[in-house]
Amino acid sequence: MTDIRTAEKGAVIGRLTTAPITRHTLALYCGASGDHNPIHVDIDFARAAGMPDVFAHGMLSMAYLGRLLTDLVPQTALRSFSTRFTSITQLGAAITCTAKLLERFKEGGEDRARLELSAVDQNNDVKLLGEAVVAYSN
Amino acid sequence: MIDRNFIGHEFPPVTVEAEKGRLRFFAKATGSTDPIYSDEEAARKAGYRALPAPPTFLFSLEMDRENPFDFLELLDIDIGKILHGEQLFTYHAPICAGDRITLKSKIADIYDKKGGALEFLVIDTEARNQDGAHVAGMRRSIVVRHG
Repeated sequence: MTDIRTAEKGAVIGRLTTAPITRHTLALYCGASGDHNPIHVDIDFARAAGMPDVFAHGMLSMAYLGRLLTDLVPQTALRSFSTRFTSITQLGAAITCTAKLLERFKEGGEDRARLELSAVDQNNDVKLLGEAVVAYSN
Repeated sequence: MIDRNFIGHEFPPVTVEAEKGRLRFFAKATGSTDPIYSDEEAARKAGYRALPAPPTFLFSLEMDRENPFDFLELLDIDIGKILHGEQLFTYHAPICAGDRITLKSKIADIYDKKGGALEFLVIDTEARNQDGAHVAGMRRSIVVRHG
């Protein structure tokens, strides 16, 4: 894994791929996250709402991106973390999370780096795009 | 159309606890294998008071309110028509197991795109711990599908 302190702009500094998302994954995440919206776990409800099937919580993939971030830096170094949910994540998706270095800068009396984040499925369809700011020590 | 008069609406503050068992369950459900999120000793060795809440867990704390979708009733929105559009977190201090977090939320904006086919609801939340410290903030943008 490339070091945040020495990576070139645009370089991939971290990547992880998850196991394919199953109905079981969504049931566990529903309970653990407290997001009980039935559209993610109840196919009858999803169909009545005009969807072909249940689909993954966007926040599940954001949690995967969060795992990537805390693999890269201690969580206490995380200053901000944002994502846009660009398309629905379907059952069976294996999510690959990638972090690239956008820039290093000084702010709040510390060295910080801005990271570009993406989460894509096994077909390379973009699901989430985002950004994080982390502090690092030289 | 969602009534634009709700822009600025403040929800009553709620206090929820970051529970140790929930944090372990969340780590499992999100495939986390880093021991600091499930093993108290590993968390203490890493400098935390107790198991830390992972980066997106604040969203789940907000979901622990008695009726986390009450804003949909208030705004007359069908839960089957909503999608998550954007999510932002800002971090100031760790949230750890046992912390009691007070959440204050307000509707920051309501707007539409595509001639009203999509409406957007933006909710800002401020989180303070039992000592009154501002530990984190979040901004949630919800998309409402019409038609």
